[in-house]
Amino acid sequence: MGATVIRSTRGSKAVLAGAVVAVVVAASLPLWGESSWMREFVEISCYLIFAMMWNLLAGYGGMVSVGQQAFFGLGGYVMLALGNLYGVNPFLAIPIAAAVAALASLPVSKLAFRLQGGYFSIGTWVIAEVFRLSIANVSAVGGGSGTSLTALRGISRSVRESTTYWVALACVVASVALVYVFLRSKEGLALQAIRDSEVAAESQGIGVERMKLAVYVVAAFGCGMAGALYFVSNLRISPDAAFGVDWTAFAIFIVMIGGIGRIEGPVIGAIVFWALNKFCSDYGTWYQLGLGLLAIVMTLFFREGLGGFLNRRLGFDMLPTRRILKLGAEPVALKSQPVVEARV
Amino acid sequence: MSAHFLQTRGLKAHYGDAQALFGIDFEVGEGETIAVIGANGAGKSTFMKSLTGLVKVAPDSVLIEGRPVGGSRPGDIVRQGVALVPEGRRLFPSLSVEENLRMGAYAERSGPWSLERLYGLFPILKEKRKVPGTSLSGGQQQMVAIGRALMSNPRLLLCDEISLGLAPIVIKEIYDALPAIAAEGMGIVVVEQDVMVAQRVSQRLYCFQEGRVSLEGASEGFTREQISQAYFGI
Amino acid sequence: MTETLIQGLLLGGLYCLFSLGLSLMFGVMRLTNIAQGDFIVAGGFAAICIAPLVGGSPLLAGLVLLPLAFGAGYLLQRGLLNRTLGKDPLPSLVVTFGLSIVIQNLLLEVFSASPRSLESGELSTGSLSLGGDIVVGTLPLLIFVAALAATVGLQLLFARTPLGRAFRAVSDDREVAELMGVRSAHVYALATALATVLIALAGLFQGLRTTVSPADGPLLLLFAFESVIIGGMGSFWGTFVGAMVLGVSQQVGFGFDPGWGVWFGHLVFLAVLVVRPNGLFPKTKG
Repeated sequence: MGATVIRSTRGSKAVLAGAVVAVVVAASLPLWGESSWMREFVEISCYLIFAMMWNLLAGYGGMVSVGQQAFFGLGGYVMLALGNLYGVNPFLAIPIAAAVAALASLPVSKLAFRLQGGYFSIGTWVIAEVFRLSIANVSAVGGGSGTSLTALRGISRSVRESTTYWVALACVVASVALVYVFLRSKEGLALQAIRDSEVAAESQGIGVERMKLAVYVVAAFGCGMAGALYFVSNLRISPDAAFGVDWTAFAIFIVMIGGIGRIEGPVIGAIVFWALNKFCSDYGTWYQLGLGLLAIVMTLFFREGLGGFLNRRLGFDMLPTRRILKLGAEPVALKSQPVVEARV
Repeated sequence: MSAHFLQTRGLKAHYGDAQALFGIDFEVGEGETIAVIGANGAGKSTFMKSLTGLVKVAPDSVLIEGRPVGGSRPGDIVRQGVALVPEGRRLFPSLSVEENLRMGAYAERSGPWSLERLYGLFPILKEKRKVPGTSLSGGQQQMVAIGRALMSNPRLLLCDEISLGLAPIVIKEIYDALPAIAAEGMGIVVVEQDVMVAQRVSQRLYCFQEGRVSLEGASEGFTREQISQAYFGI
Repeated sequence: MTETLIQGLLLGGLYCLFSLGLSLMFGVMRLTNIAQGDFIVAGGFAAICIAPLVGGSPLLAGLVLLPLAFGAGYLLQRGLLNRTLGKDPLPSLVVTFGLSIVIQNLLLEVFSASPRSLESGELSTGSLSLGGDIVVGTLPLLIFVAALAATVGLQLLFARTPLGRAFRAVSDDREVAELMGVRSAHVYALATALATVLIALAGLFQGLRTTVSPADGPLLLLFAFESVIIGGMGSFWGTFVGAMVLGVSQQVGFGFDPGWGVWFGHLVFLAVLVVRPNGLFPKTKG
């Protein structure tokens, strides 16, 4: 009997085509849209990228970090320092800041990886606090009260806003592509296999540690990029805003709503979060309280999130990272487990 | 009402996603020693777990003195007098020998077994009562595991692969203790890989093959050919 | 120098009470309670609410608060947290993180953002001379003694009592413990109930010694966590010593610059993580 491995389905191709059209339409937004739309998009982009990175860590790498704001804030401050102190164009500084965050994650991982499970979570939070308190002592970037991004002052508002918007769009596309390519790579598939198979998870070897490190570095890169982008748009930075745990809180919310461990989860979650923010944030503390409750309820009763729910209703994976083995007429989802069994 | 202390009737069980037992009929009476043999994956351990509530099964597929107990919580089953010596011993690493034994008495069933009596049966344990259970030799750890089960004063003692990984002389020592235990009317079920040992210590045996009973009867009555036929299905 | 050391140890007493509950819950069921700090703050506010009803006495407020905390902790574990336990730590982390947000915002809604403290009368002004020119406040000394007593108490409970044995057994191997007749759902709930009593006590003392405000929780969680990790997970004495090390470190940092205390504490924590990743008193492998 002939068997073929399929890496995409008709439904997923349609989703991909739709996404391409959406990006093209979105790219033309500065020509016809309002500037407040662009600002909203940039802001939600930062949340989305940050949430995608948290999803990569917690949903695929099994690392429930509560301290990714360390890299978010670092990205923001590196961009600001490059722009204000060294005259680098802030837009060009975004990828540099992301790279610095990735680089910083190497020594940080040496500390954080000494802790496991829940203690890893709080440990990463302590590290983020150390970043915050340390930056607050650097007067060149405004100390505890922060400072403004002055490097963009010569540029007109409309040019600045549309450029920021396009950069944000590029960052989102790049992040989705980065995560997607990573997960479909050999390392990514092995990572999912480890997550899905208890046998492999229990026989954690050096390979697993290296893959965890790879995930950690990729996530730091993404978080640094999100932070740099956010403060290019926001123009004002302070240690409390840059290194606040709220970033992680919102990321957790977005991922749990959309569905943890699914590539499309954060995208769906970010859309829901944007809508809730728009219509409910006037309720202040009650709104925040509701977000906390919703995260608890989703975790306990709807682990698959909206993404998993939609996938089931539609009958296909919107962005398949798994390979599907087709035997005759009956497609069998492998959940990539055979990869592991071949390795063990 | 059956005279048997514990019976199973058409017991079916799943382990993970796969069905592991396909209708087991089994019975053990007071003072009787039964051996369960079979190849790896034949369903012996799942069977033990089904009897003790660790694997959920239909209520009327396991009966204790005629009462349906299938699917009860492990704690409720031990209170009705069935204790398991789990495969791999599984002593509590952070508890001393004596604390491990005391945990066995957690359900507070009354009966003949006490720490003193147990130390009489396995004197070495008294000597080592203060040290962590997992620091003992394999054979001594197995004594702790058996002792821990006895401390619940069971009417039926289930032993899952108690000879695994032990030297032959140690295995003999441990099995020699069983008749004294059974003498007071306690039923014993041993799951055993070694067919010779199983035949020697038991009155009746069941052979499992792929989740079904392939052979059943008086232990001494079987030839080697009969057993290997039932064991491997060839 | 001696003054800094003594103040640091007294501060460590408070941190010890912050951290014992965390240590207890992690030790028994591998549950990391991210809402630990917010529980402490909630305990402080509860004491502030109860005190006027019992004539303003902090002691009486404590007598009312602690049994309530026990019941609340038990119900929280039975009703919510037991559902989150398992090999995957994610559900318990997300749920306690969510709880943290819920508690913070609930306290903010009810009590507003301004810090409050518990009126203690003579307790906060009294002091004792320890010979020479060393004088310590009655309240910090009382907190230290309470921390010491709580540590000894927990250690004895775990080492000597059937309940402590059951705590250790379910921690080692839940399935086998259940085979012996231990109802783990109940035992876990008792552990959380006990932890919550210690948390409430810590909150009461925090309210007496300084102030509580709804946003304080996360920082208190970090102090509790650092104490546990510095000490190592071998025993409650480890947590006690870890809290002392953290208290003294922060006090030394304060000495250099008032803004540096917390930061210096974090750095000492990271240094211990580098030098002794399993803490000062690691768990011995059985």
